[in-house]
Amino acid sequence: MALSSVQVAGEIIGVEKITHDIFRQTILAPEIAHQAVPGQFLMVRIGFELDPLLRRPFSIHQIREDEGTLQILFKVIGKGTRLLSQKREGETLDLLGPLGKGFNAQPDKNILVGGGIGVAPLLFLADWLANKNPGSASKILLGARTREEIEALTHDFAKITDDLLIATDDGSMGHHGFIPELLEKVQPCESKPLTVYSCGPYPMLKKVVTICRKKGWNAQVSLEAMMACGISACLGCAVKKAAGKSEKMSYLHVCKDGPVFHSEEVDWNE
Amino acid sequence: MNKPSLKVAVGALELKNPVMTASGTFGYGQEYETYLDLNTLGAIVVKGISIKPRPGNPPPRVVETPSGMLNAIGLENVGVERFIDEKLPYLRKIESKVVVNILGDSIDDYRQLAETLDDVTGVHALEINISCPNVKKGGVAFGTVPKMANEVTKAVRNACRLPIILKLSPNVTNIVEIAKAVEEGGADAISLINTLLGMAIDIHARRPKLANIVGGLSGPAIKPVAIRMVWQVAQNVKIPVIGIGGITNAEDAIEFMLAGATAIEVGTANFINPHATIDIVNGISAFLEKYNYKSVDEIIGALDVS
Repeated sequence: MALSSVQVAGEIIGVEKITHDIFRQTILAPEIAHQAVPGQFLMVRIGFELDPLLRRPFSIHQIREDEGTLQILFKVIGKGTRLLSQKREGETLDLLGPLGKGFNAQPDKNILVGGGIGVAPLLFLADWLANKNPGSASKILLGARTREEIEALTHDFAKITDDLLIATDDGSMGHHGFIPELLEKVQPCESKPLTVYSCGPYPMLKKVVTICRKKGWNAQVSLEAMMACGISACLGCAVKKAAGKSEKMSYLHVCKDGPVFHSEEVDWNE
Repeated sequence: MNKPSLKVAVGALELKNPVMTASGTFGYGQEYETYLDLNTLGAIVVKGISIKPRPGNPPPRVVETPSGMLNAIGLENVGVERFIDEKLPYLRKIESKVVVNILGDSIDDYRQLAETLDDVTGVHALEINISCPNVKKGGVAFGTVPKMANEVTKAVRNACRLPIILKLSPNVTNIVEIAKAVEEGGADAISLINTLLGMAIDIHARRPKLANIVGGLSGPAIKPVAIRMVWQVAQNVKIPVIGIGGITNAEDAIEFMLAGATAIEVGTANFINPHATIDIVNGISAFLEKYNYKSVDEIIGALDVS
């Protein structure tokens, strides 16, 4: 729940370079690790200078509750992430979190669908679901542009499930094509309800939601938006709310009402 | 040795310290309760309130710029009725003063809001946002024409007994002219500056970064403009001035106070450092002690330009 979020200093205790522009950092932050649920995120202050000014949002990739550590997985896309990627073990990050509403774990059969760096929160979720419902394996579909972007991460997901399918844009690993194509092929299960949990680029999410509607599956999506504060003060992170005909147009906020939404809460017609 | 006094009087509004929050950066207060003790603030200025709820602009609404950010939130707010029913009860439990920022499309809107909030328990002052467009006059912002700024002030002055603070837009040729116009209209204090109008472009998409195309610039980048305007206005009006614009630490706040500000508002800094306000209160206190001042009053307008 967003209201229990805290501001803490977290020491970086591990840095991994997954690819030339994808990094994973392990951070000691027990006050956050002990409260976080999958789908929640952190606002990370990159430095103490005035530029880059704003914190950057990162979903929580994994936690080790017994060790009080959490991980973030990120891609370098601009000056904030570039500076963050240069940090070393022993340096401290100023963190706000855990923030937002996470995934609503259902006892149903589940499929996790991730695209690109959107796979980040799904590892935490996969682990969580495996612990909550031992014996009920998740089906996990991960998509990336190339083998290089996804291969190292598949090992972590493979520890949790045998039912792991990959799709790459260039065909260098797994299915040659896009993740929604793999989801389309999954047979609806008559006996049990099914929930799809998804995170990735907006066009991918839109296709996933369309497929879920057709197949009668529940879908929860993790959305991104440009945000300044992440703590429901600035109101920057607006997404259009799905509205009935007589309702006035209004917005939901990714940091407070999300980042995880039930697919039907959101207006996908943009 | 007693700690220096931090008390200031912004007209009839007495504050335990000069640190206030800037409207639009602190929600309705409760958003920050897990990060700092809200009782330590001089005043909380809440998100701007209109008569009816406003949904705000389509996204993207915010974008970072060098040492700053642009926002085109679009004045999203719950409207005055829901503010009173849902947000004010929490604020009544806090010791800090509560200032309600109000905005409208017409002079009548401002008058109506002032009337509605006048006798409401827990509201200690109004801050009047005149950077809004006057839709009855072709969308020219109230705060850019001295005569309109004066009229809005008079309308609000006649509609309520609360202390009224007029918040000025910097997007004008002559800020002193606007300041004098609101002083003449009956303002108890002036706060400045609101955001500077700016723009940013995504060169790869060849599109503006904001859906609204233009937005308001805030943050450290605007501080020099804000200090200059505070100084110019403070030289030319008798009523208290509240300084706003890129304040991130106590040093910044003291610059504004030396330039003539009786109090200051902290805005964008809250996003980066949720306890920026309390850090600033402590920093001002430390500065006063260092120079053996007995009271923060001693630095207000103490700039030496000889």
